[in-house]
Amino acid sequence: MSERMVIPFGPQHPVLPEPIHLNLVMEDEKVVDVLPSIGFVHRGLEMLVKKKDFNAYTYVAERVCGICSYMHGMGYCQAIENIMGIEVPERALYLRVIGAEFSRIHSHLLWLGLCADAFGFESLFMHTWKLREQILDIMEEITGGRVIFSAVKIGGVKRDLDEAMLTKILDILNDLEPQIKEISSVFIESVTVRHRLEGVGVLSTEDAISTGAVGPMLRASGVSQDMRKLNYAAYGQLDFDPIVEKNGDSMARCKVRIREIFQSIDLIRQAVKKLPQGTIDTPFKGNPDGEYFARLEQPRGEVIYYVKANGTKFLDRVRVRTPTLANLPALVKVLKGCDLADVPILVLTIDPCISCTER
Amino acid sequence: MSVFHIAKIVLRSLFSKPATGMYPFKKREYYLSTRGSIQNDIESCIFCGLCSKKCPANAIEVSRNDKQWSIDRFRCVTCNACVEACPKKCLVMKNTYTAPATIKSVDKFTKSAESQQ
Ligand code: SF4
Ligand code: SF4
Repeated sequence: MSERMVIPFGPQHPVLPEPIHLNLVMEDEKVVDVLPSIGFVHRGLEMLVKKKDFNAYTYVAERVCGICSYMHGMGYCQAIENIMGIEVPERALYLRVIGAEFSRIHSHLLWLGLCADAFGFESLFMHTWKLREQILDIMEEITGGRVIFSAVKIGGVKRDLDEAMLTKILDILNDLEPQIKEISSVFIESVTVRHRLEGVGVLSTEDAISTGAVGPMLRASGVSQDMRKLNYAAYGQLDFDPIVEKNGDSMARCKVRIREIFQSIDLIRQAVKKLPQGTIDTPFKGNPDGEYFARLEQPRGEVIYYVKANGTKFLDRVRVRTPTLANLPALVKVLKGCDLADVPILVLTIDPCISCTER
Repeated sequence: MSVFHIAKIVLRSLFSKPATGMYPFKKREYYLSTRGSIQNDIESCIFCGLCSKKCPANAIEVSRNDKQWSIDRFRCVTCNACVEACPKKCLVMKNTYTAPATIKSVDKFTKSAESQQ
């Protein structure tokens, strides 16, 4: 047996700009054990809830992550709305679906680009991000921000969409869909990409369940679990099925994300078509008192917002369980036994977002 | 064949105009709804201080006695909360960003003497 040695990976590594550190225990080229450590970018956002009143905390929640900003705001607002018994108008719920699904498209395109970059396919990376740019533009036009949208508020949403804007959204989607199809076919068919992804880092269904994986990581291993099926916002009125792949390898995760982009496009179309008339927010008075668990499906998987309120304008506790944290045990599982050269790809396939893991 | 697939896309990009903007010559146009920077029409401000109370970043300071309203643009996160709170509707969110600077400063707006009478 050859001697074991430890190779440190990160916290600064070309594959992702975010700080996660892995101690890789190697036996020749094979990884035999992994010890992850996080905690480099802890910002204490959960503690801030004692200093900001619960309305202003919406802005803090949105800043937990720069990619699923929309859905963090949404998760926090849903928790408060449920504690206070606020009935959110139908139209606002549909508008939230549109915003959330645009975020999902943008996040998955970002991931596809990063993945291409990780295996050194520069032109594919650039072309994927070119498409993502158009999604960012439309987000800016409908919410006012490119990254932090500040579009959701407790009781509803801040901005309405008029007929002209809705038509524009549909036009842009019609224009983008064939382009995304073209790019994604490169991911699915290209020999180069398949060499790097197929059969790499297989996570079996049992392992996916026992390590508590969430989101595309879980669905790529054949488990049909999607929090949108809990029918929060307007998802209950829309027609969709969780996207599931069987193989559990990196390619399956890539395929789940690609198919989810088209699912999101379809969901936006449905939401635009069914968008009811009416107000976009419910005014409310008073302070929340009670506690609630909000569960949402973010691009990376299930996020949990736990809020405990005490009847004053300052909350007792806000706890966020982000999808990346839930996917770390699964990452450790797939890393064991892989080649050193595959480590960057495998770290990427969980779509890590370390800044939201640590808040 | 898949190898030619990306080649087709790349070739198309090679012969079409660049996807990026030619920055210093052609500036990007912002949307009407873009949240860029806060402006205060100080003549109609009543110095009630509501905006500074609502600001999640504590960027605004209001001094009723000096008739002065100041904003630290380096703290402001352009969230629009102050604009929504202002009872006199004298705050607006412009769609252009403030210029970058090398030293941090606070923007002060003071109500002119004539309009104070
Ligand atoms: S809320 Fe409006 S009127 Fe009141 S101090 Fe602020 S800017 Fe002036
Ligand atoms: S936009 Fe937001 S952060 Fe900026 S001054 Fe107004 S309330 Fe404060």
